[in-house]
Amino acid sequence: MTLTLTADVTSSNADLRRFLHGLPGVDQVGADARAAMLATRSIKAESKRRALDLAIAMVDLTTLEGMDTPGKVRALCAKGLRPDPTDASVPHVAAICVYGDMAAIAREAVGGTLHVAAVATAFPSGRASLGVKLQDTRDAVANGADEIDMVIDRGAFLAGRYLEVFEEIVAVKEACGPAHLKVIFETGELRTYDNVRRASWLAMLAGADFIKTSTGKVAPAATPPVTLILLEAVRDWYRQTGTRVGVKPAGGIRTAKDAIRYLVMVNETCGEAWLTPDLFRFGASSLLNDLLLQRQRMASGHYSGPDYVTID
Amino acid sequence: MTFEYAPAPESRAVVDIASHFGLFIGGEFVEPIDGASFKTVNPATEEALAEVSEAGATDVDRAVRAARTAYRTTWSRLPGSERAKYLFRIARIIQERSRELAVLETLDNGKPIRESRDIDLPLTAAHFFYHAGWADKLEYAGLGAQPRPYGVAGQIVPWNFPLLMLAWKIAPALATGNTVVLKPAETTPLTALAFADICQQADLPPGVVNIITGGPTTGRLLVEHPDVDKIAFTGSTEVGKQIQRAVAGTRKGLTLELGGKAANIVFDDAPIDEAIEGIVNGIFFNQGHVCCAGSRLLVQESVVDEVLDGLKRRLATMRLGDPLDKNTDIGAINSAEQRARIDDLVRSGDAEGAERWSAPCEIPERGWWYPPTIFTGVTQAHRVAREEIFGPVLSVLTFRTPDEAVEKANNTPYGLSAGVWTEKGSRSLWVASRLRAGVIWANTFNRFDPAAPFGGFKESGFGREGGRQGLASYLRTESE
Repeated sequence: MTLTLTADVTSSNADLRRFLHGLPGVDQVGADARAAMLATRSIKAESKRRALDLAIAMVDLTTLEGMDTPGKVRALCAKGLRPDPTDASVPHVAAICVYGDMAAIAREAVGGTLHVAAVATAFPSGRASLGVKLQDTRDAVANGADEIDMVIDRGAFLAGRYLEVFEEIVAVKEACGPAHLKVIFETGELRTYDNVRRASWLAMLAGADFIKTSTGKVAPAATPPVTLILLEAVRDWYRQTGTRVGVKPAGGIRTAKDAIRYLVMVNETCGEAWLTPDLFRFGASSLLNDLLLQRQRMASGHYSGPDYVTID
Repeated sequence: MTFEYAPAPESRAVVDIASHFGLFIGGEFVEPIDGASFKTVNPATEEALAEVSEAGATDVDRAVRAARTAYRTTWSRLPGSERAKYLFRIARIIQERSRELAVLETLDNGKPIRESRDIDLPLTAAHFFYHAGWADKLEYAGLGAQPRPYGVAGQIVPWNFPLLMLAWKIAPALATGNTVVLKPAETTPLTALAFADICQQADLPPGVVNIITGGPTTGRLLVEHPDVDKIAFTGSTEVGKQIQRAVAGTRKGLTLELGGKAANIVFDDAPIDEAIEGIVNGIFFNQGHVCCAGSRLLVQESVVDEVLDGLKRRLATMRLGDPLDKNTDIGAINSAEQRARIDDLVRSGDAEGAERWSAPCEIPERGWWYPPTIFTGVTQAHRVAREEIFGPVLSVLTFRTPDEAVEKANNTPYGLSAGVWTEKGSRSLWVASRLRAGVIWANTFNRFDPAAPFGGFKESGFGREGGRQGLASYLRTESE
């Protein structure tokens, strides 16, 4: 079914454009209102405890800085493997997310316990020729990354060259080999919710395993309504093709409260099937410590403080 | 993982309900002369919340006289800027006490705390703020150089938005210089009585606002009282007609906001996900106890399956139960009587061959409830397509062309509201200009703003509430 749909709508740029522009529009006011309503859900007691642990297990613990060093990456890996050294019941995070050249260091540190996600394809701008992007991808996979976070060519997308974007994703997916592909839209540059919905379908048609909002380098990064639109897209894709695609909001999610709001949105949009690290991730760095602080508070009944979680 | 939401009840501790309430007349609570009383009940638990006085003929007369005295001696002599100060003060007190008022409203009415907290209370305060701003600018309202108040307004409000409807009535009446006698609905008097307390807190001159509680008899006595200058009523079309007969041939001014059977029209180029939210908000907001509810869904045939699938999936996530729980979407039906009326109309839908679907949800043992329900295969001839159900029941009809949509939408004795869903602006405008309804929403539903006039066509009533137009309901122009 996926293949038929893809073949039907991607035979030319005009066909692909017709398909993407034929998707139902998104009413911005309505989408914002829906996300705001879901944010009023009040998650307490046992449901909060479970949500915190799930959120920890969904974190792609990230460092994407020019000043990253092997030492920094190893520290992050240690944190990801055992987020709270005082409490062994805390689950480990889902993945460590680094630049491709750091993938080998991360892989060595986490062994087979965590996924290693590498950003590739000239992250974050995506401004490089296809050959470089593919080599970037192959290099990361060779270094031990089993997940690739690629960026789409926003310039081509905004110029309406959808087929070019599509073919690039297909090529990167092929270069990934067995590694899972996350496709980053940089929704802060796509601007409109209609564009976000079109980009979601475009990426799923091209074989994305995950669709991801942002690089974290452009503001606004992930927002609840944008994530809602991604979730609606994967839900509808599943209904049409039987395939479940994951969603990853990234950037700007810093508090446990926000993370739980995202989980509510997943629950009420896609259902419980998506409440697993295989299908939902948070791209974040400081979020983890707030999740840990909240978890400590629920266990002890009082807030500890920033000195009681590790800074890595 | 399963993601059950643990109970998250709002605390009841913020309200302190007296066991007995008198009538608020002349600035103080007084016992009714006849001494009759009735109980108001929490519809979610059937627990009696308080004993409330029933105003008889003498009490109604006392209240009207208090309003008349206040009008003559103080309120009509105050400049608009002074009236505005009281309204601003009331608005601020409502904001300060909004948590308490929201809990009280939910206890007495059965609506979810999320709605009383996020919609009823903010809008109630907004109506007082908005009208406070008008009080000293009435000569610029386009109603003549010196529009004059009626005098004493008798106001009767329904049980679906007890405090908000009170605000829609009292705020413009006071801003324009009238004094009022207001009767809240029999089943939901508590927030109106709390409002009486707010009037005291705001040092409102005695008699400017009088709150008398009671049933239909009290309402009739108020309508028929000879010294009332203006009647404003929100409620059923049936009672509205009785009131119009009662005031015929008198000098009394009258505005009526009555029932509705609104069409919510979804075109095939609509933003479908948001349209589904709008359908839900249109008919399941406040358990469907909304006169402007989008109770008739008109969907273009080419997208009917997609819309219905999405709607059913969405309804399966709705949370029915304890109205005080912050995660509740559907609260209790306000009374056993209303529950029976909904049930009667739903049975007629079954008997007339429409297909019923109800969202799977557990119904609590005590209290009055109704699950979100959809009827498909409905035609214009079905009772569920013609009569106001005033409950969480949606009738789905289809259309093929824009003309057919407009024709079906207008084919009702009512004309309060309507919704149009399309991404094409020209189509919104084309349809809206042909719909015979007082309020038309484009790509949204059940959105309210004190600056936007609200009111009906045809048997949905006349007169407007809110906006510049709403002021006219409480002012006589020079020619009158």
